[in-house]
Amino acid sequence: MDRFLFLTVDGLARGAVLAAFALSLVIIWRAARIVNFAQGAMAVATTYIAFTVTSATGNYWLGLASAVVAGLVLGALVERTVMRFVGNTNPLNSVIAGLGLLLVIQAILGMVFGNGYKAMATPFSTTPISIGGVSAISPYDLFIFTCVGLIVVGLALLFTKTSLGLRLRASAFAPDLARLLGVRSSRMLTLGWALSSAVGALAALLIIPTELGLNPHAVDTVFVYAFTVAVVGGLDSAGGAVAGGLAVGVVLSWVSGYLGSTLAPIAVLVLLLVVLLLRPAGLFSMTKERTA
Amino acid sequence: MKPLTPLTSLLLAAAAAAVLIGLTFAIEPFRSYQLATACAYLCAVAGLTLLTGAGGQLSLGQAALMAAGAYSYALSANALAEAGVEGLLLLLAPLGAAVLGAALLGVIIGCAAGRLHGPYLAGFTLALVVAIPAVTSTFSNILGGDQGLWITVEKRPAALRGTVSNEQWQAWLAILCAVAVMVVLNNLLRGRFGRQLRAVRDNDAAASLSGVNAARTKIISFTVSAAAAGLGGGLLAYVTQSASPGAYSLVLSLYLLMAAVIGGIGSLTGAVWGALIMVFLPYAVNSFTAALPVSADVASRLDGNLAIAVFGTILVLVILIAPRGIQGLLSAGGRRIRTRFSPGAGPAGPAATAVVPVPVPGSESSPPTPSAAAGVAGSAPQSGTSAENPPSETLSTTKGQR
Repeated sequence: MDRFLFLTVDGLARGAVLAAFALSLVIIWRAARIVNFAQGAMAVATTYIAFTVTSATGNYWLGLASAVVAGLVLGALVERTVMRFVGNTNPLNSVIAGLGLLLVIQAILGMVFGNGYKAMATPFSTTPISIGGVSAISPYDLFIFTCVGLIVVGLALLFTKTSLGLRLRASAFAPDLARLLGVRSSRMLTLGWALSSAVGALAALLIIPTELGLNPHAVDTVFVYAFTVAVVGGLDSAGGAVAGGLAVGVVLSWVSGYLGSTLAPIAVLVLLLVVLLLRPAGLFSMTKERTA
Repeated sequence: MKPLTPLTSLLLAAAAAAVLIGLTFAIEPFRSYQLATACAYLCAVAGLTLLTGAGGQLSLGQAALMAAGAYSYALSANALAEAGVEGLLLLLAPLGAAVLGAALLGVIIGCAAGRLHGPYLAGFTLALVVAIPAVTSTFSNILGGDQGLWITVEKRPAALRGTVSNEQWQAWLAILCAVAVMVVLNNLLRGRFGRQLRAVRDNDAAASLSGVNAARTKIISFTVSAAAAGLGGGLLAYVTQSASPGAYSLVLSLYLLMAAVIGGIGSLTGAVWGALIMVFLPYAVNSFTAALPVSADVASRLDGNLAIAVFGTILVLVILIAPRGIQGLLSAGGRRIRTRFSPGAGPAGPAATAVVPVPVPGSESSPPTPSAAAGVAGSAPQSGTSAENPPSETLSTTKGQR
């Protein structure tokens, strides 16, 4: 029972990060109808920036702030320099452009920082604290839950309560109409990319220390998991991304804990397959069919 | 390029095979080895061209299918060698197993993936590739875990030893296989199946109305593409005498897709350019970095990474500037030259029209009429894509007339 509780909480913490990462995919999907396959590499790049800043100053929080800022800048940069010019006649073009960016970013990181793993420190302990004889949750898990909670609440407030959020939604759903009404749709698109990339940056920063460490390919698998989460939840649904993230995190944790960690990627593949076959629109999506 | 008629393609293939085999006598063994790898990749890239170019299904899982081929080759070759089988059977049976093993996986994936579009299919096939190391370490007693498998291969026949090097022999086998794959795929694309595939890509509702079974068409295209990739994987396993998860990583999958896109995803000829680039560009970049006067540390960082960066940059540029790839540029250039030198000939006819590289949903390409979709293979002269005039052609025509 102890083990079950531990695995579940651990899975929820991991799932919260996956949810945040999936949210970053959902934001771009809603703004531009693009699945950004370079998201993982972009997030690793910002984590390297955080690592450099933290090593130079010895301050974790400066590193975190610089990762988020770098995420904003990188997202806007990618949209302004590449994605804007990819023809939208064909959904495959943006996927392929994203894959090209993925390779370029990973290769540049490899050239600048080397391909080896770098250990990253966490601001709080990762050893579970024991409550009433049952040890389940670590301070770092609590930190993850707080950060992801802040992201989710912040995004929800931004999109539903502010006029900026209204303009973002308007230019995503009806770009032409929004432009007629005086919304600068193209700026909103850039802002969407910046926001998404910042969320991805934070998610990568949270998860990389608990994995093997920092490496140009550190987020490859996480990206696949996050994509699975987004698909399970429905790419259109932010709530779905959060619920899907927690669910996939827990499933992954149980599979790794009870059946062996090598089976986790296979479990994700099976989960993805089952969801896509039984309910192709995602478990939480309202749209009747998903088309690219 | 417009798919060739079966007879022309056979003749052309025989000529190409003869020239390439002749070439192996003129080049160093290492070049023959590179040629063999290029041919192995060509099989997989050509399969991807059929799946993604003609079928509009973006797969990142081609490396997984190559891996399926390589492991099928390894397991059957080792089993046969243990049973004391030698000679031609030990050479050909494992290749057959590689094709079958990958095709079987292709059917399974096709059944699931046939229902998915664009990024969903890409994500699903991405998960497939990422799961390879998990599969090999889960079944490590059979598949050898991270180390992979060593393979007992049938060497060149005794009669050829002394006159022909081992690399040369490997290149011959790879050339023959690649040429066979190109002929089969070309004829498939040219015939009824190719028309059905393009019809489903352009508008699956219209294709279904015309009596094309869209789901079946997608599953078949996955299977054929997988079989080609499996043969490529089998060849690679034969050439390197090993099959390991590290050889079939996500990067290989992306390289294969890149090769198809850079070469020109609309045509099988593009796959040839792509496969050549895939082998020779990293080699050229790595020889360049090896010649640079830099410290060992810098060199180790550049090693491999620079080639990947160059590849990624080219891929992004191709998508932004020339989405039809090298072959698209070549055929556009060819058309321009032809119109310039024969001003009376008028605009280039449909015969010169290249297959449109990437599917354009909602483009004005007319949905196939029932008779065209159900037509007998080879009987319809309009089997090219006369309806899909790329804009560049109109451009070059007006320039020529000015």
